Amino acid sequence: MMPIVGYPPLLALSLQTKWLLGVVLGALAVLYAVGQVMRRQPEGTVHPAMIRRFNERIRMWWLMLAILASGMILGQIACLVLFFGVSFWALREFITMTPTRRSDHRTLFWVFFVFTPLQYVLVGCGQEYYDLYSIMIPVFASLFIPARIAVSNDPKRFLERSAKIQAGLLICVYAISFAPAILTLDFADWDGANEDLLLFFVVLVQVNDILQYGWGKLLGRHLIAPSINASRTWEGLVGGLVSSTLLGILFYWITPFRIWEAGLIAMVTGLMGFAGGITMSAIKRDRGVMDYGTLVQGHAGLLDRIDSLCFAAPVFYQLSRLCQGVAQAPGT
Amino acid sequence: MRVTAYVLTVLAKLLSGASVRWVDCQPDPCQRVYFANHTSHLDALVLWSSLPKEVRAVTRPVAARDYWEKNAIRRHIAKTFHALLIDRDNIKVHQSPVEAMLREMGNAYSLIVFPEGGRNVGEDLGEFKSGIYYLAKKRPDLEFVPVYMDNLNRILPRGEFLPVPLLSCITIGAPIWLETGEPKTEFLRRAREAVRRLKDR
Repeated sequence: MMPIVGYPPLLALSLQTKWLLGVVLGALAVLYAVGQVMRRQPEGTVHPAMIRRFNERIRMWWLMLAILASGMILGQIACLVLFFGVSFWALREFITMTPTRRSDHRTLFWVFFVFTPLQYVLVGCGQEYYDLYSIMIPVFASLFIPARIAVSNDPKRFLERSAKIQAGLLICVYAISFAPAILTLDFADWDGANEDLLLFFVVLVQVNDILQYGWGKLLGRHLIAPSINASRTWEGLVGGLVSSTLLGILFYWITPFRIWEAGLIAMVTGLMGFAGGITMSAIKRDRGVMDYGTLVQGHAGLLDRIDSLCFAAPVFYQLSRLCQGVAQAPGT
Repeated sequence: MRVTAYVLTVLAKLLSGASVRWVDCQPDPCQRVYFANHTSHLDALVLWSSLPKEVRAVTRPVAARDYWEKNAIRRHIAKTFHALLIDRDNIKVHQSPVEAMLREMGNAYSLIVFPEGGRNVGEDLGEFKSGIYYLAKKRPDLEFVPVYMDNLNRILPRGEFLPVPLLSCITIGAPIWLETGEPKTEFLRRAREAVRRLKDR
């Protein structure tokens, strides 16, 4: 088990982690420069809405990198606190968008101030608490929420209200909490740092988003679900998955996985990223909003950018955990 | 006092996650009456906090004396943001709320008022009380600025004391003035319409 105290400070980050951070930072700086140059181009050369979206995405990547890097430098607790902040904000956006009734107020208070912090505290306690934090929200909180709503004595749209709050908690808190949980994994026969794996995961999910979008723009003919999302195509999905798999194989040396494992995990992660994107699109269409950001104007929609990460994190974690188990088995 | 004001504004901003939009209106420390819909105890505090510092310094929320003088903490908070406390129970001829507001605002201060009277529970905007009309009649030079506060009723609904930190949105619209000879009902209808229109902006 990786103890929380005695976590390596900045200088103890492995050379490889520093290199990886540096490479990601450099790549982002280049993209940022490209975005700024594009913004200054005379009108008509590139679609202005596309440039704006591109720059928004880059801004969000800076934020993500800042969170990841400071989490890595300051240690595991800092990383958990930062991801807790991300969850809290995402949940805020989610619940703001889905209307609840006045009688749900106290339930929401529990969700925000009890379950959300508790999940992160349990994750921070490490792998010994895996049995608890892996079921705390899907079982206990999910049973608690409808019961608490029932106590508030308002039967109107009862199931719908319970489902909304449960979905918010599951997606924004439970799922995201598995990203920092990667740091608590313990791989036998691997002398790399878990930070590298977390970085690998986050970059993979983001790049996969872009790849799916890019392939879709290049080859896209057949829309998957036109009334849900007008830009996701089968061609984009397949192209994205294939290139993500190749990337996973190419960078397998960062991870504790074997080559084929890395490829498979990258593919499944890409697929989950797609699932997250299209699910959140469906929720947005249902509510009649374009972006979580425009819902309350002036806020950058955090949930718009991390939807794929939300869905991919628990699956990536589980698969990594599986590999961890295989590595520990005798004879391998 | 300064510390309380600072803590309260930061707290109000964090809790309400308010994005403030000035639509056809700019922040200005000139004398104004901000009138808004009222759905939560947080309304006055959040609106006051979301004004720029120099505007905040000359803006006073109008609030009920019986509520804000109940205990020491409330008295302290009311003092911190220069609340103008109005007697709801014993209204006399020369101490009517409008008289008190005019006296207290002098020619320096702006006011925040909630013309629906009490906090509204329904979905729709309540009828406006006539106070702002008399205010406008006595001081036709004042700018009456409509404000729509969205989602605050979900952050701290009536009868609750623990807030849930959702995101809210405050829209501040174009000022209106009392037209010469405009009847009371017409002005109140126009004012109410101005707030309601901001809902869809």
